[in-house]
Amino acid sequence: MAVLEIKDLHVSVQTDQGALPILRGVDLRVASGETHAIMGPNGSGKSTLAYTIAGHPKYHVESGSITLDGQDVLAMTTDERARAGLFLAMQYPVEIPGVTVTNFLRTAKTAIDGEAPAIRGWTKEVRESMEKLRMDSSFAQRNVNEGFSGGEKKRHEILQLELLKPQFAILDETDSGLDVDALRVVADGVNRVKENTGLGVMLITHYTRILRYIRPDFVHVFVDGRIAEEGGPELADRLEDEGYDRFVHAANVS
Amino acid sequence: MSAASSQTAPAVIDTSATPTLKHDHGTVPVQTRSERFKSYDPEAFPAVTGREVEWKFTPVDRIRHFFTGELDGSRYPFEQQIDGAAVIEWIDRDDSRIGRAGIPEEPASANAWASFQEALLVTVTGEAVRLHLDRNQLGDTPRAAHTVIHAEENSRGIVLLENSGPAQLDENVEIILDPGAQLTVVTVHEWDDDALHVASHFARLGHGASLKHVAVSLGGSLVRVNPSVHLASEGSEIEAFGVYFADAGQHLEHQVFINHDAPHTRSRVTYKGALQGTDARSVWIGDVLIQQTATGTDSYEENRNLLLTDGTRSDSVPNLEIETGDIAGAGHASASGRFDDEQLFYLESRGIPEEEARRLVVRGFLSDIIQKIGSPELEQRLEDAIELELRGEGASK
Ligand SMILES: Nc1ncnc2c1ncn2[C@@H]1O[C@H](COP(=O)(O)OP(=O)(O)OP(=O)(O)O)[C@@H](O)[C@H]1O
Ligand SMILES: [Mg+2]
Repeated sequence: MAVLEIKDLHVSVQTDQGALPILRGVDLRVASGETHAIMGPNGSGKSTLAYTIAGHPKYHVESGSITLDGQDVLAMTTDERARAGLFLAMQYPVEIPGVTVTNFLRTAKTAIDGEAPAIRGWTKEVRESMEKLRMDSSFAQRNVNEGFSGGEKKRHEILQLELLKPQFAILDETDSGLDVDALRVVADGVNRVKENTGLGVMLITHYTRILRYIRPDFVHVFVDGRIAEEGGPELADRLEDEGYDRFVHAANVS
Repeated sequence: MSAASSQTAPAVIDTSATPTLKHDHGTVPVQTRSERFKSYDPEAFPAVTGREVEWKFTPVDRIRHFFTGELDGSRYPFEQQIDGAAVIEWIDRDDSRIGRAGIPEEPASANAWASFQEALLVTVTGEAVRLHLDRNQLGDTPRAAHTVIHAEENSRGIVLLENSGPAQLDENVEIILDPGAQLTVVTVHEWDDDALHVASHFARLGHGASLKHVAVSLGGSLVRVNPSVHLASEGSEIEAFGVYFADAGQHLEHQVFINHDAPHTRSRVTYKGALQGTDARSVWIGDVLIQQTATGTDSYEENRNLLLTDGTRSDSVPNLEIETGDIAGAGHASASGRFDDEQLFYLESRGIPEEEARRLVVRGFLSDIIQKIGSPELEQRLEDAIELELRGEGASK
């Protein structure tokens, strides 16, 4: 069983006015098979946490640590982190003109596994996963995310999750912009991967609806760059009823 | 990352779809493209200073010999392969089939015209012609060459001009499409790294004719290919594509001129290039002239450059002159920028190492042009050649 552990993480971004602190001491421990929902108001730093774990160059770690089974994640390059088993489904997946989905998936799979996948089995695996995610086969020949609708981009992220088989996945608002059916399809996809691989999940979301399909073991409330409260699934329901006011107020006072 | 610069377009700026009416415009060009001086006689041109609008981005001292020097205009060796109904033959310089597509607009072109002894005539008559002309032994002597590509009425085909090896070549290429002809002309430059090549292509299109012109420039010290296309008859159509990869010390230049001179003519110009290494240079000038005769014209031109390292420079200058109020569309876009870091991050976050991610992005950027060529073998070969360029082992290393 693997563990992703974040300790007292402080992160800033560079602005014209100098370094701007965004994360102010995040502690979080995710083990294989666990699902952690992370909820919190806009701008509280959820995506910052996700990008920092993945190694986006824009975010500067001031202090604290991220380890994967004791290995220092912060010492790894972005691609090394992915090969170590981390996956980020992005809130805004990026378009890559001229690179087809087929080529992209094969290149990524080869990089992660250290060898090219056997062509027959791989083609079948891709096709089946696309079918389950209700992605038309024509997507295989399209350029990565180019002209995809919002929902199609999200499904394409989960397609990668299913094919690349990471140990831990951070899903940054994968449910935003999905219609009811697509939400179901995507949630089924995540659950399928969890079942098959024992994936640990950090699920960043604004809505409890997806938590009915992907049951969280823990819910964390993210406010002003740190976790303000933690609890079980019932916390999500309370948030839905009461909003973040209570926490935002508390954070401002402290 | 600051040494790379872009003369006219600071990183990624699009100017699009707003035709500038010449007569409305406060700063009318000193000289419009249609009024540019033309002559077959090199002596008729004033000496090149390097400040002229058509030379100001070119290191003219490297090619001075082409303006006034002596050029060997004799036959040169080439290899050919023809599928379908087409003929390749040498013809005398006073043959009436020469000089139907255009007149030189600068002294290098005029000097080549004055110097060639025989022209190579390519006549396409069939409907599924594939013609391949390979020049790879031109040697180091400064040469003049003249080629005429003539597609007869309703003929169809593809003509591939492949160039490699050493060269000091100053040449003109005429491309004549009779009514209804549909021709693709691809000119590929994979010269040795000390080669010099200055070429003017003059195309003239008949009624309903359609030309696809593709310039691929990878190897050579200085390569300057200027295609001028005269859409002289109703319903004629040009698609002009270009792809280039400049590495350290290389100067790759393309000046495209589309002359809309008849109703309902259509043009699409798309050039894309990547630059890598110290003093890698590219120049693209896209002149589009929509004459009073060219009502209902539809035109769009675009140039995009990817600056892969410091020390590179790309100049990109779109010019649109419109002399009629009745057009279907006219626009242009020009952008020169660095790598999109978000694209790299996305690929790296999927386990793809940085170098490979860069290659994937560049290949993707250039390959949509390569894929337009219409010859799977050549497309594959060029993809491979670009791959080598990216690894720093390209033709001109
Ligand atoms: N370059 C920057 N300059 C200034 N502020 C920045 C910069 N980058 C991020 N921020 C700020 O960091 C804060 C955290 O942003 P982040 O994207 O992590 O929030 P989030 O919790 O994911 O919000 P949302 O729910 O809207 O997705 C925001 O207030 C944002 O404006
Ligand atoms: Mg966010």
